[in-house]
Amino acid sequence: MVPVLLMFGNKQLGVSSSLRHLCAACLPGKAEYFNYDWKKESWSLYLALGIIIGGWIAGSFMSNPQGIAISEATKADLMKLGISDFSSYIPRQIFAWDRLLTLPGFLCMIVGGFFVGFGTRYANGCTSGHSIMGLSLLNPGSLIATVSFFIGGLVMTWLIFPVIF
Amino acid sequence: MRNLLFLFSGIYFGIVLVKSEVASWFRIQEMFRFQSIHMFGIIGVAVAIGSLSVFFIRRLNLHSVQHETINLSGKPFTRGNVIGGILFGFGWAMTGACPGPLYALLGSGYFVIIPVLLSAILGAYVYGILREKLPH
Repeated sequence: MVPVLLMFGNKQLGVSSSLRHLCAACLPGKAEYFNYDWKKESWSLYLALGIIIGGWIAGSFMSNPQGIAISEATKADLMKLGISDFSSYIPRQIFAWDRLLTLPGFLCMIVGGFFVGFGTRYANGCTSGHSIMGLSLLNPGSLIATVSFFIGGLVMTWLIFPVIF
Repeated sequence: MRNLLFLFSGIYFGIVLVKSEVASWFRIQEMFRFQSIHMFGIIGVAVAIGSLSVFFIRRLNLHSVQHETINLSGKPFTRGNVIGGILFGFGWAMTGACPGPLYALLGSGYFVIIPVLLSAILGAYVYGILREKLPH
């Protein structure tokens, strides 16, 4: 991914900027942050569209009937939190339309999604832009961002999950 | 033409995210619990390939196929890297997905991810509105 985008497109890998361009394209406002020609950045939206199509190809024609071999230790930890269905890519006991208005469902889907969008834009990058592209460039800010992603994820997993589940 | 390249890069990336199981909520939990090397291995390989690419582009002074000088400048550090980074970390653990996997899961037919993605777009929008008032 990284060499192809650099050599053939002169673009640094990054996915979360597509969220910004979607806002600039669909939700016009007076905010300076969205006041630019998003069409010049449309490559990012083509990349996002491609990821959706790639997900469809992988899900429809390349799916693995075996399921995902999660480590037993993780399974045991999640069972303690009440998550026992490991058959899917996402825990169906939390991520389901009829769970949207339960506390864990609302927190994980709506609040979690909000944090993903708000946090990646505030941090100016996500796992692809900072942790893969930024670390490849040996960029100090990206290393700090990656460490921060992990601090957030560890605090959520170890300290907050036991409270909300 | 260039846009087709980005589209096909995205398709490849989407397939990789699903087939490597990076898009799995459970794999992200495994990572944050340090109970498997799976995610660390994948991110490690991606960074290794990325670093080698950057190294050779710099060393051999390579240009893109459009004969442009390749932009290899890193993003500048701000306090947002830390504050926004921690907030994204919360969201990464809760949704089990970063932005790429959100798109990939949607494509895979997990339509229940739609409210998560819409909420992420809303989050980006609210950041844009509040940007001037936030410490950077």
